[in-house]
Amino acid sequence: MSKTMEPDLHEPSAGIPRPSPQKAWKHPSDHWVRGFILDNRASLGTLGVFIVMMAAFMIANPTVFTTWYLYRSVLTTLPVALFVVVPLVFVVTCGEIDLSFPATMGFASWVFSLVVQAGYDPFLGIVAALITGMLLGFLVGSLVVYGGLSSLIATLGMNFLLRGLIQIINEGKSMALTSLADSWAYTIFSSQLLGIPVQIFWAIAFVVLSAMLYNRHRFGAQVKVVGDNPDSAQQMGIDVKRVRVKVFVFVGIGAAIAGTFSVMINFTWWPTAGDGYLLPVLASVFVGGTPTWGGIGTVVGGAIGAVTVSFIQTGVVAAGLSGFYVQFFNGLIIILSLLGHKWNQARYR
Amino acid sequence: MAERLIELRDISKSYGHVYALGGVNLSVDRGEVVGLIGDNGAGKSTLIKILSGVVKPTSGEILIRGKPVTGWNAARSREAGIETVFQDRALAVQQTIVRNIFMGRELTGFLGWLKVNKEIEEASRLMREIGFTSKVFTPQSIVGQLSGGERQGVAIARAIYKQAELIVLDEPTTALSLTETAKVFHFVRQVRASGRSILFIGHNIHHVFDIADRFVVLDRGKVALSADRSEVKSAEHLINFMEDVAHPGGLAGLHDAGDAEQRER
Repeated sequence: MSKTMEPDLHEPSAGIPRPSPQKAWKHPSDHWVRGFILDNRASLGTLGVFIVMMAAFMIANPTVFTTWYLYRSVLTTLPVALFVVVPLVFVVTCGEIDLSFPATMGFASWVFSLVVQAGYDPFLGIVAALITGMLLGFLVGSLVVYGGLSSLIATLGMNFLLRGLIQIINEGKSMALTSLADSWAYTIFSSQLLGIPVQIFWAIAFVVLSAMLYNRHRFGAQVKVVGDNPDSAQQMGIDVKRVRVKVFVFVGIGAAIAGTFSVMINFTWWPTAGDGYLLPVLASVFVGGTPTWGGIGTVVGGAIGAVTVSFIQTGVVAAGLSGFYVQFFNGLIIILSLLGHKWNQARYR
Repeated sequence: MAERLIELRDISKSYGHVYALGGVNLSVDRGEVVGLIGDNGAGKSTLIKILSGVVKPTSGEILIRGKPVTGWNAARSREAGIETVFQDRALAVQQTIVRNIFMGRELTGFLGWLKVNKEIEEASRLMREIGFTSKVFTPQSIVGQLSGGERQGVAIARAIYKQAELIVLDEPTTALSLTETAKVFHFVRQVRASGRSILFIGHNIHHVFDIADRFVVLDRGKVALSADRSEVKSAEHLINFMEDVAHPGGLAGLHDAGDAEQRER
């Protein structure tokens, strides 16, 4: 190979005029609406699915769907799901999955109930529940990350293990917490404000804070990079294992809040608390537009996904169909959403 | 004599019974461009990964400015002023250019919140500096949409952001077009002119010969040759030497018997 074949290495693109700084970085789709749509297409797609679904319900039964009662019941139970859907978006973005959150919900709310039953202030119970959730999240995360286990199987195992522990100790007995109704904690976290269940305000605040964590904080940035390319993240000095454990701790915190809220709605703790949330919550994350492969996701989309999933059950029954249709419509919405997202987002490798 | 920036002493690395590196010494002085050459499997990549803290050596010592380091890892390596452009570029392709440039070194303010605008500003400045400008992409474009050369530009922009003292380029011209290669070489000269050091790994000996002040040839986990530019007459000389290393006795070697002894297993 002779030298003549080599590029002129000594005189690089010196003659090419440099574009002025302002012009060089102008976005081709410079209209902000277009940019907004491109940046948020996953969550906007989910919103579209939700609007179409609600329109169908309203046409099917206009009288029921214009009464406030229906929405109030959804707004009471929806926040419980939101507190776990949002942290799960972080977990899935990080390239992991956590199936242990139902047991964490049960365990943390159990601790809350024990503290309240012992006569302490419910605020103390909430703090105890949060610490329990964090510890359980740390335990599950450490097991997965430092034990080098598959998060799918390990968290499934932890879900059975923790739930089993609750069942063994409580022997199936529930706990009634009638004293909650007079407490400050109940007024702040579980009453109504202008006829709207106050839980939804807390849940919205949680979603907004989490969305900011996801998009505007070092934590979210590192979660995305680790889920995208863990080897590169490590080469750039990110403590990949620590980031992974942190997302599980985050789920633990969310599950503790969710469990506590569900006890405050019912004034009762059941040993099965949290069990019913496993599949709807997972469905919400993916309906919301967070893909399974990690690296990207959307917190707001996940929240809209949770709203969609909550309305399917209520909506199908309220629309006059028998309860037997609920599962069918659940499945239909999930499949249609996934097809929509598949068409909507490209996967870069 | 120039200040010794980094020194690897007697570095060995074995994976089970397989030796990737067997007692390698390598040093880089301030403002020096060192060309590291070797066949596939010679241990170049392992050596780079040890230098950048990604892989822990089985034995050996790392000295930064004459001081031995402890607890060496990727974060420490970057803190010490070593930036590596890896062969696979180490980019997160689903993220934006900004997120890749500040990967592991996010610009944060109060409580870890990102300084998003500052990051975008710095990223566009870096990309211009590197000369990888384009009207088609912005600092917020997704890296997966970029071409190979543009991705290399992002990796290089990340390496120069913090005025690193040593920039390690692992096969930076592989799979690049001629103009893109020229840009990389232009960049190497710029860095040297600014008084910083470069460790340039390549298997195209012509490329390495053109820019390096010193050559280190690695063969089967050992240093087969370490020579200043003045000692090597031409690129062909280096090629002959490497062929001799690969097939001992076949061609006339560059160096004397002392090195040949070291080569034997």
